Amino acid sequence: MRGISLIFATAMAALSPVLASAQTLTIYTYESFTSEWGPGPKVKAAFEKTCGCTVEYVSLADGVALLTRLKMEGGATKADIVLGLDTNLIEEAKATNLFAEHGIDTSGVTVPGGFSDPVFVPYDYGHFAVIYDTQAIKNPPKSLKELVDGNPDEKIVIEDPRTSTPGLGFIYWMRAVYGDQTPEAWKKLSRRILTVTPGWSEAYGLFTKGEAPMVLSYTTSPAYHMIAEKNDRYQAAEFSEGHPIQIEVAAMTRTENEELARSFLKFMISPDFQDIIPENNWMMPVAKTSTPLNPVFDKLVHPKITLSMAPDESAKVRKAYVDEWLAASGK
Amino acid sequence: MIEAIGERRFWVGAGGVGLTLLAGFCLAAFAMLLASAAASSWPPFAYLMRIFVFTIEQAVLSTLLSLLFALPLALAIARRPDFPGRRFVLVLMILPLGLPVLPAVFGLLEIWGRTGLVNDIGAGLGSTSRLSIYGLSGILLAHVFFNLPLAARLMLKALERVPSDEWRLAASLGFPRFSLFRFVEWPALIRVLPGIAGLIFMLCVTSFTIILTLGGGPQNSTLEVAIYQALKFEFDPARAMILSLAQLALTAVIFWLLRLFPDPEEDRRGASGRPFRPDARPVRALLLDGLTLGVFLIFVGAPVLAIVIAGLGSNLEGLAADPKFWQALRTSLTIALSAGLLATVLTYAMVRAEASLPARSAPIRLLFRFPEFMLLIPPLALGSGWFLVLLRFGMADGAGPILVVLINMGMALPFAARIIAPELATHLKRTARLSASLGISGFARFRIVDWPVMRAPLLTAFSFAAALSFGDLGAVALFGSDNFITLPSLLYASLGSYRSMDAAGLSLITGVICFLLTLPSVRLESARLGEDA
Repeated sequence: MRGISLIFATAMAALSPVLASAQTLTIYTYESFTSEWGPGPKVKAAFEKTCGCTVEYVSLADGVALLTRLKMEGGATKADIVLGLDTNLIEEAKATNLFAEHGIDTSGVTVPGGFSDPVFVPYDYGHFAVIYDTQAIKNPPKSLKELVDGNPDEKIVIEDPRTSTPGLGFIYWMRAVYGDQTPEAWKKLSRRILTVTPGWSEAYGLFTKGEAPMVLSYTTSPAYHMIAEKNDRYQAAEFSEGHPIQIEVAAMTRTENEELARSFLKFMISPDFQDIIPENNWMMPVAKTSTPLNPVFDKLVHPKITLSMAPDESAKVRKAYVDEWLAASGK
Repeated sequence: MIEAIGERRFWVGAGGVGLTLLAGFCLAAFAMLLASAAASSWPPFAYLMRIFVFTIEQAVLSTLLSLLFALPLALAIARRPDFPGRRFVLVLMILPLGLPVLPAVFGLLEIWGRTGLVNDIGAGLGSTSRLSIYGLSGILLAHVFFNLPLAARLMLKALERVPSDEWRLAASLGFPRFSLFRFVEWPALIRVLPGIAGLIFMLCVTSFTIILTLGGGPQNSTLEVAIYQALKFEFDPARAMILSLAQLALTAVIFWLLRLFPDPEEDRRGASGRPFRPDARPVRALLLDGLTLGVFLIFVGAPVLAIVIAGLGSNLEGLAADPKFWQALRTSLTIALSAGLLATVLTYAMVRAEASLPARSAPIRLLFRFPEFMLLIPPLALGSGWFLVLLRFGMADGAGPILVVLINMGMALPFAARIIAPELATHLKRTARLSASLGISGFARFRIVDWPVMRAPLLTAFSFAAALSFGDLGAVALFGSDNFITLPSLLYASLGSYRSMDAAGLSLITGVICFLLTLPSVRLESARLGEDA
């Protein structure tokens, strides 16, 4: 037994997080935000410069895992700030009753389709879009209808709405365009679907491997390839019916660190934070940046029509839409 | 089994404590999850029935195919105890399971994908239609890739336990190939086949990323997908529990069917050792074995090679200069080695306890086989359940690493049991009477009689468990904090940030470490096979 407890002690010593100093702002977020290539480290450094505090991240796999964690912790949560939910999750997040109203001036925030909420503050957004490989597809679809009716030999990879938020976004998209005709449209589209992956990483990996010439991703995805890889091979297809938007939001909990948390939310919509977003989170900023964005961002698709759905409405119809998709994609 | 009463009590006690802790660990998580369950909502019944049927269909097919292809491979390698590169082949048999799933799937696609090698060759030969594996065929391909090597490895171990006298006898009787199989090899294999089949069946039932990524659409979903959806996406623990129970019941039926195989108790007592195989000499046999081995090396080796090539093309210096990488590596190694050690010790205690129990205590003996079913318990359920427990007692901070170790240990138990149990059974049968007559018991017995023989399988079980834990992502994702990153979580984070090059490098490094983790056990076993000659 002694050997085992020794191993445990070693494991503890090696792994236990460093205890934080005096005033700590604990931010719950998702992993790709805090990864060293994400905006997290830069955000931490920039905020710590002004706040005289320590920022500590707790990073979960994704926005959904973040929400689950909050549901499990309830009032015992250590989070001062929860950053990384999207508009589809807002309704459920509110139901946890953990959040406080932010009370800050968000007049500087502009999001296509508009968004304003007493609790949640947007920090970036992106439109869902079909990204295609210009070397494999000469005539990309110009509408969702063209995607559905197009050549079944040109495949697309989408994400599973049961396990991922882009997948859920696509379900709403289909429904917004096809209404009650959606099941038939699903049947038609399923001939073009190569596979339905559990998450974005799997789908995008298959796409860049060349397994399929199209993938469901974001209008901002090409920016990464153009800036970080100097490669303009992958482009977004603009659809005439419009694109659904994913707005990423943050909120403060009913924390004792109220002032500090509120000052973070203010910081979040200030240029210091917004500057970091485009080329680290590869999403669009929601407020003024101190310098103009890299010109590559002007070349991206900026949808003329934004399809958005009120959070309470999307929560209500989610299950019905997913079940409809399951039934239509069956044998 | 004949042994001193004190010794029997000790082992039954030790195994009992282990079993109780393990069962308590699982039950506490379940109880807590159910206590926190809110109203449950269910998907359509027709959908559940469909995925239930598909779960069985793909798992049965995957298991049968894996066993079918593993058989000739195990026979070929068993016939040749020392050809150059044999150790490498043995390591290659453990490697696929140690690799994180997604990079391994990407490696497979380099060969079998729409733009993979096979299609390129096909196009080069003038074929106009492209092979597409998405659907059931892709699922089966990936499952065979992961499980064929495992099956072959476990079959090979069974063949290596065949007493050397039997090989000599068969040779002196001039057995033709089929008779050798019928009277020597098959009786050894049939004892382990149900266990191997059960293990692979469980692995395929609980498969998730492969099913969705290669399955082609929701018509090919499994119960595990529904469990994951219920637990992670909708936090509906009650639904997850009921689906898990359905999965458990399904597997129980399969295990019950597997019991119809011949009685595994029958055993040979002669000493095993270097087999006497004059049947390996003819050129035809050499060609056949060479061909079998070649096909295996290409099938499993090519995707692995694709991972290696992609990894070498990445910025490895950049990774090595990154302190986060070293931190993740240290964490992963600590987790893997702790989980591996715990799984080995716990399995030994329980398997030993089961052996010490008299045959009439069959129901209690059956209890000791519980660890073999650990794969059916969703790690996500254990993790969330325990997180809630610790939260209630205000100890959730910093408990993540320990829980990850324990969950990884749990998931490695079925593998450790499949490696240790048959070896120990054979060993005890061979030595019980002699030890009893010499009056050796207690620690002396363990040190003098058991350890020298069990050392190799224990090390194999340890390295297998460590390699599995090293490549595992599942449990870590629950307890994220800024200071708790593992190599697989770093890998998935880089995939999630468009950085597929870094991910390729990390996949290679993960593979290399799994390779290194398994090497010592392979060396020890090869050495043991040689020294008995």
